[in-house]
Amino acid sequence: MTAELVRGQNHTLPQTRLEIRVSAGSPVVAGATLGDENGTVRGVEWIAHPGAHRLPGLEVSRQAAAGHRLAVDLEALPDEVHRVTVLLALPTGVGGPTRFGATAAPFVAVTGLDGTEIATFTLTGLDAESAVSALELYRRQGAWKVRAVGQGYAAGLAEMLADQGLAGAAELAASIQEAVARSLARSVAPPPPRTPEGDRVRHASGPSDPHPETAPQPQPTAHPPTVHQPTAPQSATHPPTAPQPQVPAHPSAVPQPAAPAHPPTGTGPGTPTAPAAPTAGGPINYAHPRRQHAAPPPPPPAAPPAEPGQAPQPVAGDATGWSMDERLYNQIWGMFEDLARAAAAYRSAVDFAESRMGQELDRSLSDPRNRIGGTGDRAREEARAKRDELIARAREVLDRDLAQLAAEAAVVEPALPAAYAGWDNPVWHAHRIPMELPMALRIGDLHLPERTDLRIPLLVRLPLERGIWVDSGRTASEAAAHMDTDRLRRLAMETAVLHAARLLAVYPPGEFSVHVIDPAGSAAGSLAPLVDAGVLAGPPAAGPGGVASVLAHLTRRVDLVQMAVRAGAADALPPDLDTGEQLLVVNDFPHGFDDRAVTQLRYLADEGPSVGVHLLMVADREDASAYGPVLDPLWRSLLRITPVADNHLADPWVGHAWTYEPPATPPGSRVLEQVLAAVTAARRAAGH
Amino acid sequence: MTVNMTKGQAISLQKSDGGTLTAVRMGLGWQAAPRRGLFGSRTREIDLDASAVLFADKQPVDVVFFRHLVSDDGSVKHTGDNLVGGAGSGGDDEAILVDLQRVPVHIDQIVFTVNSFTGQTFQEVRHAFCRIVDETNGQELARYTLDGGGQYTAQIMAKVHRAGSGWQMTALGNPANGRTFQDLMPSILPHL
Repeated sequence: MTAELVRGQNHTLPQTRLEIRVSAGSPVVAGATLGDENGTVRGVEWIAHPGAHRLPGLEVSRQAAAGHRLAVDLEALPDEVHRVTVLLALPTGVGGPTRFGATAAPFVAVTGLDGTEIATFTLTGLDAESAVSALELYRRQGAWKVRAVGQGYAAGLAEMLADQGLAGAAELAASIQEAVARSLARSVAPPPPRTPEGDRVRHASGPSDPHPETAPQPQPTAHPPTVHQPTAPQSATHPPTAPQPQVPAHPSAVPQPAAPAHPPTGTGPGTPTAPAAPTAGGPINYAHPRRQHAAPPPPPPAAPPAEPGQAPQPVAGDATGWSMDERLYNQIWGMFEDLARAAAAYRSAVDFAESRMGQELDRSLSDPRNRIGGTGDRAREEARAKRDELIARAREVLDRDLAQLAAEAAVVEPALPAAYAGWDNPVWHAHRIPMELPMALRIGDLHLPERTDLRIPLLVRLPLERGIWVDSGRTASEAAAHMDTDRLRRLAMETAVLHAARLLAVYPPGEFSVHVIDPAGSAAGSLAPLVDAGVLAGPPAAGPGGVASVLAHLTRRVDLVQMAVRAGAADALPPDLDTGEQLLVVNDFPHGFDDRAVTQLRYLADEGPSVGVHLLMVADREDASAYGPVLDPLWRSLLRITPVADNHLADPWVGHAWTYEPPATPPGSRVLEQVLAAVTAARRAAGH
Repeated sequence: MTVNMTKGQAISLQKSDGGTLTAVRMGLGWQAAPRRGLFGSRTREIDLDASAVLFADKQPVDVVFFRHLVSDDGSVKHTGDNLVGGAGSGGDDEAILVDLQRVPVHIDQIVFTVNSFTGQTFQEVRHAFCRIVDETNGQELARYTLDGGGQYTAQIMAKVHRAGSGWQMTALGNPANGRTFQDLMPSILPHL
């Protein structure tokens, strides 16, 4: 049972070998000071920091990171040590935020070596502070306890160290910051602390590894969109003597298998209650300012105990999470992984059966005794029978697994909230524009050839982390090759409109604007639902002039918000600036684009997502072939989906090719118009 | 009841009530090298690695080790690499979980190995052991002590293989030399 501490509260530690996990909205320096029975830090050798990261019984990581795992062995500490203070500080001189108020509230957890949380503490209410004492582990009558401290220091590390009675605090603080700056300069930008796996497999990612060497980047990066194994951090100290075991080359990977960053920074308990300015740097805090999450969530629905010898009855929301949304999200990712692995088991058995039969047939052919009489035939017959028997058994297991997953899907699908549901789900007919952004959005379905009617929703996290590219090229997929170009382009644009409408419908009113560039006006028909409902920020921009003005507008926004974030001065933004998220839909790229416009578009693709400007491109890569490889990074940075079913997406675990099916409204349905009308009505009610 | 296994001994993986096991864990533990006082960062850490190799008819099909923590089919999971060892008090520092029900039908043997990645021989490693635990109730089925071993850096610990409709475990305890499981393949093959 995890204790959620508030400032000043303490908790007894059941064990002495611990890990302290830190997650923050931006890279932070983590360190620890040791104090004697009077609380005095006896000297610099009693401080673990990036420049001196290892003390007996204590290790911190050598660089700044958004996620840390500090290993602590309280028994190995010198006997004189009675107190360990865990401190966090923002690195200086590296261009990041300079005050904790500009980032998401840091979260610290004391865990056992197996990853079970003992106590957690969210450091809320920090503002101008740039250094903070987060936790204190202290001896009390022979036992160790942890206390949540959360004492911040506006003058930073030097002030904090001086406060602990250390002489030469300023020099030490400067040397720590210098060590951090040096290591930041040679490391790649740390990825957001996000694990690409659902909670079902969380224990697979090495929670028992207490070695902080791996701490700075505990999770593999979510990008680039090639192979990413959801396996544990790979030890930096293991030279690559062992090649990766047979991981097939991925056609391209499902890009954002991001399970909720654990621990949750935005929806968890003790979420900062002060409304963060939406542009104050770091991830935007979408928590409702007045809504308390401190109460433990209602227990998740658990599957009732199974009858002996039978699989348990599946239940929607049967996963961990703080809200039903999060549980369903985790459940869907769990189903996705289970289906991938069940199919892997089956395919591997079939491959083995085939290759064994091949070998046996070869052997029987090369045996001269088999040339005459029926021996050879019999041997071949036997080899085939063995193969069929093995495949039949594998199929039986697969069918058992598929049936279980199908039963789960059958209860999960109807329980999904609109953002996770398909257009055919009745939930859309009763949809009300939410006041809080959901965790994720369904952008289509995935299935495997083993059972095409078992569909896994493809969910992407919100706010979007990458732009989306609806490929309207005929070479995009097999199905597309059989279609004529005009029809395919129209279909692509219609798909894009459906995606845009979904985004509009799940964002709180006024927090999401959609701009459209349609240089030749060729998509007027497809765009009609958006235009008619009046949900666009302006009429679709046509001609080179229109392209230039929309791009200039969004470029200015990205630029201003970035400047404000860097300076930590969100209040300085001009009042006319819309700080909500922006989506730019581009049709017919690069028609109507000059070199300057192409450059601006690339700037938006690179810099936009971090400040809330997203791209939805409808394009045929062939059309832009004149630009050569210059645009390759642009295409790679976008999540490629297709307007027709196509098997180009790979799962992050095994790398199967999954068939992606774009969302579609049921024929004759008015659901799109209804939903867009609800968006307009909600905006009007909210006074936008 | 824990069985202290000896080399070559085979036990049937059955629960005490006679039911077949559904999930087992192979745990590995050892004592971390003592910290050096001054220049503690130069402590010669001991890094033992547990691996599991999945075989179908004597051909390796998949392997679970610190660089590939979950077998593709999801039946075998490594809980993560431990680079330094633990207190030496009998707790697992690395563990591999096997969901026997989900092992693909063609996999008939799973071999567990232990390697000294940092090169110390088992003579130098203190309080090292390996054990098999019934994952459903935490009961230890078999334990195996590694220390006091000789001048070798790896051991082929045990294999779990299909026997009838259930599984059986055989203690192998064969010394070998190598840094990762790949170096051990020639020594594993005779035991299949």
